[in-house]
Amino acid sequence: MLNLFLIQALNGVQLGILLFLVAAGLTLIFGVMDLINLAHGALYMIGAYLAATLTAATGSFGLGLLLALPATLAFGLALEVLVVRHLYGRDHLDQVLATFGLILILNEGVRIVWGAAPMSVPVPDALSGSVHLVGTLHYPLYRVAIIAAGLATALGLHLLVNHTRLGMRLRAGASNGPMVAALGVDIRRLFLVVFGLGAMLAGFAGAMVAPILSVDPGMGDSVLILTFVVIVIGGVGSVRGAFVAGLLVGLADQLGRTFGPILLRSVMDASAASQTGRTLAPMLIYILMAAVLFFRPSGLFPARGSR
Amino acid sequence: MTPIRNASRLATALLGATLLAGPAAAQGQGEGSGKVRVGLMFTLSGPSAVLGEQGRDGFLLALDTLGKKLGGLDAEVVTVDDELKPDVATNKARELVKRDRVEFVVGPTFSNVLRAVVRPVTEGGAFLISPNAGTSNYAGAECNPNLFVSSYQNDQVHEVLGKYAQNKGYKRLVLLAPNYQAGKDSLAGFKRSYKGEVVNEMFTPLGQLDFSAELAQISAAQPDAVFAFMPGGMGVNLVRQYRQAGLSTIPFLSAFTVDESTLPAQKDAAVGYYGGANWAPDLDNPQSKAFVAAYEKKYGSVPGTYAMQAYDAALMIDAAIKRAKGDLKDKDAIRAGLKAAEFQSLRGSFKIGNNHYPIQDFYLVKAAKRSDGKYETQIAEKIFSNYQDNYAAECKMK
Amino acid sequence: MSTLVARISAEPPRRRAALSGTALAGLVLAALAALPLAAEAAGLPFLVVTATRMMIFGLAALSLDLVLGYGAMVSFGHAAFIGLGAYAVGILDAHGIRDLAVQAPAAAVTCALFALVTGAISLRTRGVYFIMITLAFGQMAYFFMVSLAAYGGDDGLPLSGRSTLFGMRLIEGDPALFYLVLAVLAVALLALRRVVASRFGRVLRGSRDNAVRMQAIGFSPLPYRLTAYVIAGAIAGLAGVLLANQAEFVSPAYMSWQRSGELIVMVVLGGMGTLVGPVVGAAALIALEEVLAHYSDHWRLGLGVMLVAVVLLSRGGLAGLAAKIGRRA
Repeated sequence: MLNLFLIQALNGVQLGILLFLVAAGLTLIFGVMDLINLAHGALYMIGAYLAATLTAATGSFGLGLLLALPATLAFGLALEVLVVRHLYGRDHLDQVLATFGLILILNEGVRIVWGAAPMSVPVPDALSGSVHLVGTLHYPLYRVAIIAAGLATALGLHLLVNHTRLGMRLRAGASNGPMVAALGVDIRRLFLVVFGLGAMLAGFAGAMVAPILSVDPGMGDSVLILTFVVIVIGGVGSVRGAFVAGLLVGLADQLGRTFGPILLRSVMDASAASQTGRTLAPMLIYILMAAVLFFRPSGLFPARGSR
Repeated sequence: MTPIRNASRLATALLGATLLAGPAAAQGQGEGSGKVRVGLMFTLSGPSAVLGEQGRDGFLLALDTLGKKLGGLDAEVVTVDDELKPDVATNKARELVKRDRVEFVVGPTFSNVLRAVVRPVTEGGAFLISPNAGTSNYAGAECNPNLFVSSYQNDQVHEVLGKYAQNKGYKRLVLLAPNYQAGKDSLAGFKRSYKGEVVNEMFTPLGQLDFSAELAQISAAQPDAVFAFMPGGMGVNLVRQYRQAGLSTIPFLSAFTVDESTLPAQKDAAVGYYGGANWAPDLDNPQSKAFVAAYEKKYGSVPGTYAMQAYDAALMIDAAIKRAKGDLKDKDAIRAGLKAAEFQSLRGSFKIGNNHYPIQDFYLVKAAKRSDGKYETQIAEKIFSNYQDNYAAECKMK
Repeated sequence: MSTLVARISAEPPRRRAALSGTALAGLVLAALAALPLAAEAAGLPFLVVTATRMMIFGLAALSLDLVLGYGAMVSFGHAAFIGLGAYAVGILDAHGIRDLAVQAPAAAVTCALFALVTGAISLRTRGVYFIMITLAFGQMAYFFMVSLAAYGGDDGLPLSGRSTLFGMRLIEGDPALFYLVLAVLAVALLALRRVVASRFGRVLRGSRDNAVRMQAIGFSPLPYRLTAYVIAGAIAGLAGVLLANQAEFVSPAYMSWQRSGELIVMVVLGGMGTLVGPVVGAAALIALEEVLAHYSDHWRLGLGVMLVAVVLLSRGGLAGLAAKIGRRA
């Protein structure tokens, strides 16, 4: 049982890190630009597809990943200039509609370019084994790599946000946007940079999961909703909040999935318990979110002082 | 002009334009003599699209072989994608029957979709030929005079593996299936012929692709073997993640998890894994060999049972219409023709039972790499002969 | 809250439009009533089915308009109410209770209660948080139904047949169901017209346009918003009852977040805060889907491009674009 807990905790951390990567960019976009971007999950999908294609083209996952990053960055920048830029300062409803439209376009576009069938990316040979933990316990090396890469990115973001000039502007933008603009910061460029960065982070997350999940149109949708939950729990605009909430959601999901049925099994038969528990787990996250919002309507780490 | 009224005007204009275009789109009426309309409904999008594509291609290949005719009548085919969504499928089934007025619907791929389309199709007056899904309810008490299954009853393939696990003497097993009708049937079937202990039974949401939680539990339980039912993209991921998690020392038995739809993606990771089937591409009879060759030539991939069963479904309709002398209005004659199944099945021995499900042979199959570099399943041993499902007795039809 | 809402509310009262609207409404109603006969005569009986779906989603969009258009609450979980209403039918049907006289009130009450609880929590938040928490509650309902294995879970639940009305099998045929839906939609439309014209409706609109001013003259917006949310939930639940009967199938997919997004599109496409507009918007969206889907599998691409273009090309949102078109026409 302890072994199982350990493995599920690791899985939870891995999922949490992944959610953080997607959420970090989105929370900044929300916080700094006050833009509700439903299409952020689609960027995660684009990252995965680009990584899959580039891996197939170069024959190396490492190279594919490395090339996918600037490619998603470029894609994100293009999207900002073409569409997103025109949504700043607009009604949230307009933003919801336009970015909902973007999801439809990108999901369908991916189906046209890459087909409806899922693509798969082989795990790089160097990372395809498993790590021996204790006793009979093994954990896939590749997932360890995801956790490590995610933590490194989180550290990098922490340094960027808290110890650079850009980071200062970001924090300022998240807590009081108009003031930053009034102080003469080129807000257009700041927004472009933030959106590009967010796109690249989401693309990075998508590229990282390509070898363990199959890459298919619509993969962004499920991540998007989880990301929203993370952001709302963490507090809009807070990278630190996204990190904490990401881990919280990841752990709640993975531990709930496994231990829910085990707990339920004491009150009902095995297959009913397994079915009920498995589907209660995704509900758990939303209950968590509702509870957090009930007590703290602005999330755990609200970035914006007053609105 | 107020914006409000104009917004409505915009919508009204859109509505008008589309309604005008509507009747043009809603073609397919007129009782053209010498014509038979068939609706194909397969899962053609999402992670499991490969299965549906095989089914569609198998049916169309049969149609080509028959000179685009079924029972001497010109065949008109409407293909729809059920998107693996029962709610979408139920509407599309109604469209096929009521709008496109098809006489036969061939489909769907998945059992949960089957449950959603049986009533709209059969009550709409068409015959439903299921080329893959064969749930237990329609084999037993809910058997339906206008529903025929050209594949198998879901449990049967799993019974093959249960029998194999029993024969091998495995004592403690973990079972894994998606949470839908076929998944439940699968584990029920497996347990019918496997009598040892089941340590854990896991149901995952249909379409789940990350099995880390399940693999962690398997790793913790250390069973003698694992039995999994994970069709399509789910199977591709499960097999790959199973290896990555360092579990390959635990024997992996599966149904519809390692087959021609998943092997092109699983490649060497799956070679040597066992499955159960009613047919394999290396089955030794002339019609099957010709089919495999023609399919590979036309589509460039190895056909699996999904393609084979849809091919047989076309032959079944062809034979039925011939027997009814081309009279599609004579539903009783068509039904009798479908039941008689007077055609050469790719499987060789093939009959339709009282519940309109097949009676056929089942084999243990093994994934292998062919000399030309392609992957296929190959027959290892015959497990059941002329095997009928366990629900047929509950069906009141004769 | 926004340019879009401000623009709409800045318009003068529409008394003249309402008058000519009555005649128009009668005309539309008569045309609709004749539709099943005309469709049969034209050999296109399937049109009735499509029109029924349009009106069902029209009813749902109409209810969302009360929340979105009159209350300025961007609810991204409205599809949950449709799903709950549909499941009320499905679950009662599974237990042999097939009469609408039981099913419809049960659905309305369930949805009203769900709206009351979730609304009470959601309305504590504003802006982006409100959008996301309604989305989360919608997802919660979705996953709850997915987990109800006894009632089909993921797979959904086929009904044993259409509901009876006071013990009679009245809506067995498609035209009969069409007339029932038409009647429900007409009644709901008239009722909501009265609601928004009432004192309650004026407070609701007042809070939408200027919450601070309303508070200053002694109205707390919360009870009004919550009441609107509950009414809308109950009506959407009725739409769910009708949808279950139309499809003779109930599925968690009815409550997916994409469905909620589509409902918002319907409302905005048709014109927020107009009641009739969202119904037309729903019909337009479904018609678009029917026709585009016939020409291409990739019809969603067209819809997406249209949405983005419409928002980008108009300063004041969709209504602004329509005004532009109107001026040109």
